[in-house]
Amino acid sequence: MYKYDEYDHAMVAARVAEFSDQVKRRLAGEITEDQFKPLRLMNGLYLQLHAYMLRVAVPYGTLDSRQMRMLAHIARKYDRDYGHFTTRQNIQYNWIKLEDAPAILEDLASVEMHAIQTSGNCIRNISSDQWAGAAADEITDPRPWAELLRQWSSFHPEFSYLPRKFKIAVIAANEDRAAMRLHDIGIQIVEKDGEHGAAFYVGGGMGRTPMIAPLIKDFVPLGDMLSYAEACLRVYNRYGRRDNIYKARIKILIHELGADEYRRQVEEEFAHVKSLGIDPPKAEFDRIAEQFAPPALDASAPDAIDRSDPDFAVWVDQNVAAHKVPGHAIVNISLKPIGGIPGDASSAQIDLMADLAEKYSHDELRVTHAQNIVLPHVRKADLYAVWQALDGAGLATPNLDLISDIIACPGLDYCSLANARSIPVAQKIATRFSDLGRQKELGELKLKISGCINACGHHHAGHIGILGVDRKGTENYQLLLGGSGAEDVSLGTITGPGFDEDGVVDAIERVTDKYLAERSEGERFVDTFRRVGMAPFKEAIYG
Amino acid sequence: MVEYLQTGGEEPAVTLDAFLEQSNATAVRLEPDEDARALIPFLDRLALIEVAFPKFRDGRGYSSARILREAGYTGELRAQGDVLVDQIAYMKRCGFDSFAPEKPLNPDDVEAALTRWPAHYQGAADGAVPIWKLRHG
Ligand code: HEM
Ligand code: SF4
Repeated sequence: MYKYDEYDHAMVAARVAEFSDQVKRRLAGEITEDQFKPLRLMNGLYLQLHAYMLRVAVPYGTLDSRQMRMLAHIARKYDRDYGHFTTRQNIQYNWIKLEDAPAILEDLASVEMHAIQTSGNCIRNISSDQWAGAAADEITDPRPWAELLRQWSSFHPEFSYLPRKFKIAVIAANEDRAAMRLHDIGIQIVEKDGEHGAAFYVGGGMGRTPMIAPLIKDFVPLGDMLSYAEACLRVYNRYGRRDNIYKARIKILIHELGADEYRRQVEEEFAHVKSLGIDPPKAEFDRIAEQFAPPALDASAPDAIDRSDPDFAVWVDQNVAAHKVPGHAIVNISLKPIGGIPGDASSAQIDLMADLAEKYSHDELRVTHAQNIVLPHVRKADLYAVWQALDGAGLATPNLDLISDIIACPGLDYCSLANARSIPVAQKIATRFSDLGRQKELGELKLKISGCINACGHHHAGHIGILGVDRKGTENYQLLLGGSGAEDVSLGTITGPGFDEDGVVDAIERVTDKYLAERSEGERFVDTFRRVGMAPFKEAIYG
Repeated sequence: MVEYLQTGGEEPAVTLDAFLEQSNATAVRLEPDEDARALIPFLDRLALIEVAFPKFRDGRGYSSARILREAGYTGELRAQGDVLVDQIAYMKRCGFDSFAPEKPLNPDDVEAALTRWPAHYQGAADGAVPIWKLRHG
């Protein structure tokens, strides 16, 4: 894992001091809320329905146990004893007092964490593959590249007042576990002539106008990556729309210019930017990469798993994934107990996961964009002990990627922008499909819920997506089918008229029944949908 | 650092259009939607470029400033308009060397803002040595 050096520490300390000063001036009435807003947003502080919400950055979703325990401490001391893990691999606290924010940021800084640039119209926390460094299918660990981008984008003087927020994801495997092409910039590390470089996909995003990022450059050498990113951002900062907040994301600029014209402008800017010497030398990448060196795993560790406990075996089959080193496995901890709030974890649960990481996973944890937690490096021989501990804390729900592993935004229960509640719908769906045999029969089925058109719950990218809308003052839910945020990226299509809360649960049941009736051997729900199209499902839903 | 704060009084800056048309002016004003690169052929005879910030949220002027400095402009580069104390450190990094805020700034706050950062992660237009270079000499 990346460890701060003196410079990183000094930068975060300066930021805490700056923000403490800004809070002081705000509390003293020296600056207006309008002036304070962009400042607090750049420090992750939102004003919500009931209180301030603080969003803490978890760079590329990677944490150690000390950091995880600090997240529990903050939940316990400053919030209501729980935190909410988000689709951007961050954690949010929903009940924060403005006066406490500087103290929280100081606590975070003591474990090399912060809330810098987790909101606001700047380059946000960089996200990545939650299985980085462990996945059997990656060509390299993407996190050193992400860390290089994190440092470059932190306190970037030119790109802190962009037309709109800017999200970057970096992956290095063909399987896309980070919804890479639904980011403003999605980078895939690829290999060419024995060398690694960055493929740049630019202009993806969700929100009210979802778009899949087109490929802008197939191979940017490591030594040019920051210059290329700088060129991409400069063109956007200069020409992105500022007249209409709904058209201000880079996806709209690229859509209006066309990918070819955008690429031409970026290449021209890049030719200039490259002369400025802003790319660090290879030695800096190597310094960072060294800190992500794989943990010392014993490849001769026993590969067999004792499956005599049937509940354990069910969990292994669903929630444990292949590790690149024999004798080891990736443990996926579901934060989606049936009837629970997707992504929420109590302080005690967060502490327990930290303990398990320390004891069994080389002190590492990951947050996933599906709002779950990962222990990336667990010996197969330890899986049973890990499962028992998780099970005792309500953290062993064996539903990874099944219909009850639902992504849901905070919705109307917390969010001031919401049209409808997301959490109760998620709870009802999970409860309706609570029978595990039934869930497994349905197989991989990614269900994603947003409480409004902003799409924080990735509904466009759900195999089944739900969008909360406001219809004449009552909560109404539209259903979308056929989206995907993975390497087979696609955007869902609306089925037709919306439903009330119970109606949407019924409609999903009709959709899944139809799938079971229509599917061919080996097809996931989304495969069947792609083969047969919307019509049979529409018919099943609306009759 | 108080010398950064300008009160105006010198030759008035002309608009970009006026400058491109007549052009013996030595001071020009650039609006957010105007292309800084249009000035590149004339940089050696300009003494002042004033970059307008009608709204602090509109960050186009940061790119304009860097483009001008990157093209070798050495005259005064002034940020004018809705310029707040919380923006000036970034502005300075982008190459601004004077500020004409619509609402006066407290000189102590200006001093604090401009001296707050111990170092910088990335190269920009202020000549600061980026942290990666400090690390590797
Ligand atoms: C509760 C307070 C929140 C507010 C006020 C909020 C606000 C917004 C807004 C306005 C957008 C649309 C931006 C645009 O299209 O330009 C958006 C998008 C998004 N938000 Fe949130 N959000 C909140 C919580 C969350 C949470 C909890 C998550 C993660 C679970 C999240 C993740 C995202 C994602 C992934 C997007 C889509 C990005 C895209 O459009 O490409 N947000 N949010
Ligand atoms: S999708 Fe809408 S309701 Fe849900 S968190 Fe985002 S802004 Fe709020």
